[in-house]
Amino acid sequence: MDKLAAKIPQGPLDLKWTNYKAHQNLVNPSNKRKLDIIVVGTGLAGASAAASFGELGFNVKVFGIHDSPRRAHSIAAQGGINAAKNYTNDGDSIYRLFYDTIKGGDYRAREANVYRLAEVSNNIIDQCVAQGVPFAREYGGLLDNRSFGGAQVSRTFYARGQTGQQLLLGAYSALSKEIAKGSVKMFTRREMLELVIVDGRARGIIVRDLISGKIERHSAHAVVLATGGYGNVFFLSTNAMASNGSAAWKVYKKGAFFGNPSFTQIHPTCIPVHGDYQSKLTLMSESLRNDGRIWVPKFKEDAEKIQKGTIKPTAIAEDRRDYYLERRYPAFGNLVPRDVASRAAKERCDAGFGVGSTGLAVYLDFKDAINRLGKHVIEARYGNLFQMYEKIVDENPYETPMMIYPAVHYTMGGIWVDYELQTTIPGLFAAGEANFSDHGANRLGASALMQGLSDGYFVLPYTVQNYLADQIGVSRIDTDLPEFEKAEKEARATIDKLFSVKGTETVDSFHRRLGLIMWDFVGMARNGENLTKAIEQIQELRVEFWKNVKVPGNNEMVNPELEKAIRVADYMELGELMARDALIREESCGGHFREEYQTEEGEALRDDKKFNFVAAWEYTGENKEPKLNKEPLEFEFIEVKQRNYK
Amino acid sequence: MDLTLKIWRQPDASQKGRFVDYQVQNISADASFLEMLDILNERLVIEGEDPVAFDHDCREGICGACSLYINGRPHGPDKGITTCQMHMRRFKDGETIVIEPWRARPFPVIKDLMVDRTAFDEIIRAGGYVSINTGGVPDANAIPIPKRDADTAMDAASCIGCGACVAACKNASAMLFVSAKVSQFAVLPQGKVEARERVQNMVAKMDELGFGNCTNTYACEAECPKEISVSHIARMNREFLSSKVVSEKTK
Repeated sequence: MDKLAAKIPQGPLDLKWTNYKAHQNLVNPSNKRKLDIIVVGTGLAGASAAASFGELGFNVKVFGIHDSPRRAHSIAAQGGINAAKNYTNDGDSIYRLFYDTIKGGDYRAREANVYRLAEVSNNIIDQCVAQGVPFAREYGGLLDNRSFGGAQVSRTFYARGQTGQQLLLGAYSALSKEIAKGSVKMFTRREMLELVIVDGRARGIIVRDLISGKIERHSAHAVVLATGGYGNVFFLSTNAMASNGSAAWKVYKKGAFFGNPSFTQIHPTCIPVHGDYQSKLTLMSESLRNDGRIWVPKFKEDAEKIQKGTIKPTAIAEDRRDYYLERRYPAFGNLVPRDVASRAAKERCDAGFGVGSTGLAVYLDFKDAINRLGKHVIEARYGNLFQMYEKIVDENPYETPMMIYPAVHYTMGGIWVDYELQTTIPGLFAAGEANFSDHGANRLGASALMQGLSDGYFVLPYTVQNYLADQIGVSRIDTDLPEFEKAEKEARATIDKLFSVKGTETVDSFHRRLGLIMWDFVGMARNGENLTKAIEQIQELRVEFWKNVKVPGNNEMVNPELEKAIRVADYMELGELMARDALIREESCGGHFREEYQTEEGEALRDDKKFNFVAAWEYTGENKEPKLNKEPLEFEFIEVKQRNYK
Repeated sequence: MDLTLKIWRQPDASQKGRFVDYQVQNISADASFLEMLDILNERLVIEGEDPVAFDHDCREGICGACSLYINGRPHGPDKGITTCQMHMRRFKDGETIVIEPWRARPFPVIKDLMVDRTAFDEIIRAGGYVSINTGGVPDANAIPIPKRDADTAMDAASCIGCGACVAACKNASAMLFVSAKVSQFAVLPQGKVEARERVQNMVAKMDELGFGNCTNTYACEAECPKEISVSHIARMNREFLSSKVVSEKTK
């Protein structure tokens, strides 16, 4: 149990982080120069952490899989970033942001972590403005806010529909400044293959140069993983093509526990699937739910006509439409949290009221907002999103309602970390989407950007320093150590094994098949029988993969097929762990919906007596059942209730 | 639809490249351009041939990784989108499509359709930031910024760093890319403090890396997937000249 100590500081909730900072250990400037930190990933968490470490005077090495840090997938976040500024005078506070986030996560996150997140949220906005991030402003010159799901206040700061881009470019500019100064060294087009542990501490990584294929060793006194989520295990998701879970999976197999792997966010507003050649799904920002109203036909005969294409949605009269979110959740309406909105869409479509040729879509309609505000206002707010939609679907959303359907978007689960964001491997930290920490069983909109930057700018610079304070006597780690030799051998063995299969089926084909199992059985609605089936089918598919996968070319070249094969090999194992985690959690909470556990009205039914814990999975060896460890969640400051958005 | 693809194949920077013809069949009009290349690549893998290497990632027009000249146009024939946002309904059954990598000296070919654009990162490192550290900054609303200025900054900041401006320019000039960053900071109070040094350092770095001069053809603006205006180049020229005048005076 000792390994799972969350290390939450003493004192009242609002003083915990202050107390931590007051008593943490520091490293003096001359010693900082002698200490190396590796950061893997250049998204919001990685870039902001690396830049901040560099500013403090540490010697930093950053690794990214792209040609430039600016390409990390944080760039694609659209809607905004939450902060408890209360600039709008609508009753917001740090406590309320904390409360909404804990409640939104269906009471499956740690109080102290989430409170800290809410606390530093305001610093993030200040920091980004000072960097020159062009947030949207009012005519008076002050910052503008909008509303997101799961909140009754307007606390979301935004930069048109490109907030992630602007925040990432802010962090990228800070990182560029440090690279220019020489405190940070950037390694582009490198993919992490293994973690190196020396005497029980994380001391380095093995990477592959994606251009030359060269396998390299890099050492440091501490390693930070900011490698994002693993939503691509589903094949189709809103994640970028190269986003992957391999770094997280590799450290899990080296002893880091994996927290709540089954907690996946299915985002309600994505463009529906259109064909079996499809490579990825596109999100339509949650901010659209500020002005768009979601509906399906009230009568099945209308839905059937729409599916056949014999009538258009605009032909359906107002009293023949079912605005089901407004009907079911009058208090929050179209702005219920993502998990609730997604399930409600699935419920209507499964009942036969879905639209589009597949019947797997619902309408997001801007007609009322356009009538109320004028087309120019809607265009100013969402113009780029409407254009993106029209390019993909070939329909004009100003005239005909958008069609949307839920899609995999984010993973709340991830590497288990304590309050300091340290994993169960000393010296290994995890930040941003890669860790499991702050969103519980469901993440609220505009909270991912907040968490990534909170971890990178305002948490890790303190906690990593606290760790390094007793490492000042440790000289630079030699990459000729036998531990590096061994880790490199393991990495090479995986690559050689993939080439040696010489099968007939492509990596993408296996990935697609895995994705279907995951979507059908470990997706929006799960049950015991299907999860057991999923575990069996994934195991069978994994055996087939290693017998019949075809990886062309060799290691010493640009080889995207090899890159994908390494990632998919890991998904074949990670997918199974997700199913196992979903199977043991015999309750419904947030994005994890077990059909056996629901209220009479079809809402998620938690079991706080039995499942008020974080599932922290421990690797026990190749093809052995992983061990489940439980970190109990204690709620000292808030009352745990059934979520109610009615 | 059935198509003929003429694709540039080049094993690496040290070897010569050439066009190779490929046929693809039964492509759905709803498929994206890159999905069409995925279909080709999956077939090439099965046939034991080397798949075509190309850069791509987010596939929603924001990461800036995808590139390609499609029939001679950066990011293809449509305005205001990237290659990954291009859909096959834009093409006709039986058509021949020519696909090439960016061609500009500062962007050497890595393999096939992949090029090295790290020169852009080097330009940003020369001054594309505000020199502040984490923490100790004023409240976000301490300095009001006119909405018009914030909007201008956002227009400039929407650059995705794809390199289409350079690829479109007969001189391989990076003026639109550099000016977008200079302009973003020039209109914001936070950026003004270092405006003079920034524009000089970034322009010097751009020249050093071998990007060409601007001769006002506006091809960059026409091909920019984010439709960034050449008015930012005008602003950068003003900033550059006035910074020169001031630095001459203070000598």
